[in-house]
Amino acid sequence: MTNTKQFCTFFLNGLFFGVEVLKVQEVIRYQEMTPVPLAPGMIRGLINLRGQIVTAVDLRNRLELPARDAGQLPMNVVVRSEDGAVSLLVDEIGDVLEIADDAYEAPPETLRGTARDLVEGVYQLQERLLLILDTEKTVQPRTDNKN
Amino acid sequence: MPLNDNLQQQLIRDLLVESFDSLDRFDREMLVLEKGQAGAETLNVVFRIIHTIKGSSGCIGLTKIENVAHAGESLLSLLRDGKLTVTPPLISALLEYSDALKAMLRCLEQTGQQGSADYSALLQKINAFQPGAAPQPKAATGFGLFEEEPAAPPPAPAASAPSAKIEAAPKAGPSVSDTAIRVELTHLDKLMNLVGELVLARNQIVQHTAQTKEGTLLNAAQRLNIITTELQESVMKTRMQPIGNVWAKFPRIVRDLAQELDKKVQLIMEGNETELDRTIIEAIKDPLTHIVRNSVDHGIETPAARRAAGKPEQGVLILRAFHEGGQVNIEIMDDGRGIDVARVKEKALQRGLITPDQAARLTHHEAFALVFLPGFSTVEKVTNVSGRGVGMDVVKTNIEKIGGSVDILSEAGQGATLKIKIPLTLAIIPALVVTSGGERFAIPQVSLLELVRLEGAQARQGIESLYGAPVYRLRGQLLPLAYLNRELKLANAPSGAADDITNIVVLHADGRQFGLVVDEINDTEEIVVKPLGKQLKGLNCFAGATIMGDGKVALILDVVGLAQNAHVISEIRDRTLLEQAKAAEKADDRQTLLVFSASHDARLAIPLSMVARLEEFPRALIERSGHQEVVQYRGQILPLIDVAKYLPKSGAAPVLSDPVQVVVYSEQGRSIGLAVGKINDIVQQTLTVQRQAARDGVLGSAVIQDKVTDLLDVPGIIRAADPTFYQTAPAA
Repeated sequence: MTNTKQFCTFFLNGLFFGVEVLKVQEVIRYQEMTPVPLAPGMIRGLINLRGQIVTAVDLRNRLELPARDAGQLPMNVVVRSEDGAVSLLVDEIGDVLEIADDAYEAPPETLRGTARDLVEGVYQLQERLLLILDTEKTVQPRTDNKN
Repeated sequence: MPLNDNLQQQLIRDLLVESFDSLDRFDREMLVLEKGQAGAETLNVVFRIIHTIKGSSGCIGLTKIENVAHAGESLLSLLRDGKLTVTPPLISALLEYSDALKAMLRCLEQTGQQGSADYSALLQKINAFQPGAAPQPKAATGFGLFEEEPAAPPPAPAASAPSAKIEAAPKAGPSVSDTAIRVELTHLDKLMNLVGELVLARNQIVQHTAQTKEGTLLNAAQRLNIITTELQESVMKTRMQPIGNVWAKFPRIVRDLAQELDKKVQLIMEGNETELDRTIIEAIKDPLTHIVRNSVDHGIETPAARRAAGKPEQGVLILRAFHEGGQVNIEIMDDGRGIDVARVKEKALQRGLITPDQAARLTHHEAFALVFLPGFSTVEKVTNVSGRGVGMDVVKTNIEKIGGSVDILSEAGQGATLKIKIPLTLAIIPALVVTSGGERFAIPQVSLLELVRLEGAQARQGIESLYGAPVYRLRGQLLPLAYLNRELKLANAPSGAADDITNIVVLHADGRQFGLVVDEINDTEEIVVKPLGKQLKGLNCFAGATIMGDGKVALILDVVGLAQNAHVISEIRDRTLLEQAKAAEKADDRQTLLVFSASHDARLAIPLSMVARLEEFPRALIERSGHQEVVQYRGQILPLIDVAKYLPKSGAAPVLSDPVQVVVYSEQGRSIGLAVGKINDIVQQTLTVQRQAARDGVLGSAVIQDKVTDLLDVPGIIRAADPTFYQTAPAA
């Protein structure tokens, strides 16, 4: 009897990502955002989530993926972090998957760049690979100066 | 004994509410300790509980409670430092001790007296645990005054203390715990958020119904409107309190402390009415009390020492609170002995907090920061008052917990100032809403002075440029300007609108004024300040964010940060210059000024008292001596300096007119000629330096005859042109 974990999954530039379901507060459709001038590029803006102000982090920017097409509206995956709720902007929401622990592997050595720091591990699913994000690290501002 | 009956009552009430709760916690933590599940924090918590009870009761003259509390505190201090280990008898004794405190407090609640019960047996027992004390009796429990559970709830006053023929409790109204309840702040927070949402929903409904003609719906909407507003106000009121509530007990604390220590202290409190959120009030209460005690105990010297230092016998302690730049500032200033940097370093070295290498490199400011390290205290002796090591580190932790910062400024011998800055988290403030680059921004009203709207020609001509720095003349005062679009790198407003109308929001920050140019001024609104996430903490332009009536988020501008970024207010150095200039202006109100232009058209002025003569020389008479242009003048050789060459370049190239206009300046028998473009006028007026210029050759700018005029730094220019002029002058 192997243990399983549940993951909330989403797509980014064709890649399949997941975060642990327990860390996700809610998933909501596109929300209007107030941009923050002078903020790092990964911060897309601020969202009013029932009276709570939530910072929206553009995961494409955070993971150094090409920017979303102008017409494509992102979805919000609101995760709980040490610093309160933070919204992760993603292309599309996938299913909640229950996956056995034994499919888990450390990220391959060949993974480069920011993804190397943020991807905790990889699950080999039949049809594709699921990349698990470290939410705590993901919502931290990037340490280098690149925007 | 009571300084003021009401005050005394209030203090006792506070002590009771707080102590009952914390003693219950104390008991729980004791049980945790006994089970051996306690972390390091547990001992700190219980220690602080007792420390606070001791301190508070001592402050209001409840010596008996203070004495009992003190015994336990010493014991806990040993436990905390690992000099004693936890044993069941020890825990029992401490629980008994907690019960004794509760009994005394209950007695206080019901009779207003501390009770006559005798606790010497308990104290002995407690003291017996101290290392070096006589071995304690075997019986862990089973004797002592309070084995009968005295914590029975009221009303059972007499039964609670066995030794008690206590003052028969007159049934005086409901007890504290009946009229007041303590509500978790998170509940209030949630309530607040919900009300905020309700307000938004209300706004939408009211907007919709405005278009309908249906009577019932309209009525209902109106009622909803009124109720929501009232609800909002009530909820907010539950959270806001003037800081005076915390300060009310300080006069007494200071007085008693000063008396105990034979010192003379005058306490000045400013800004009592500054309203703070309940969360913040709670969080700063203890730190502030601690700082005040520290100042009296360690800061202010004895009258004798003060006399010796040439200060008045009476020390001054100033507490000041005010809102600034979207923050609450609290300053605690004393004129005592200040902080001795050398001693701070020495102490930190002794305690192994820093290495000698680090010590040598520390600046004064960094050295002061050492005071905030845990386990740091420069005072050798542990007094009843302070210096037990529950010190500045706790102060700092508590303030940082609510997102604030503490800063110490001190000069040895002159006193120390502690500056606490607390963000307005959750505070509700009136704000002006403006639009720039299509985005809305809220500006806290506290920073707002006035609004200026320039239209048409005024907008195009009203704003002048001083070497690239835009300024506006506001009733004869020079107002440096910053453009919000530019500062925030926002898109510019559609060009047509920008040319016709200029909106200037006149703000003050750090004691100086500046104008913020925005695209549009919308309205004033009450806003709820919400903090920004950690990812955005680095941006000093924003004090937080808020949710507007339409449910969208708007950023709140941090006026001070913005002004610093735009360089419209600058370093302290400039400010002191300005103050000097102001002081000079007061001393000598009206000045006679010579107004002239340099050869490249900049409008300049110097005090007429500096001018020896005005002369005209045909260019043909100008000769050269080395690199220097000179002219023969009254049998002397007069060096000529072209003023324009020593000013920062502007557009036009300097060309001297013919004949050359020269202002002759004399100093101790030597003269020098300042070649200028044109002498304009001599005016008599009060000189107000408006803008400190960090530019060569210019002291600052003023409005003279309705025009922006730079004040020429004559000695500076001469020094630049002829470094020997002043050195050799006395000899000549």
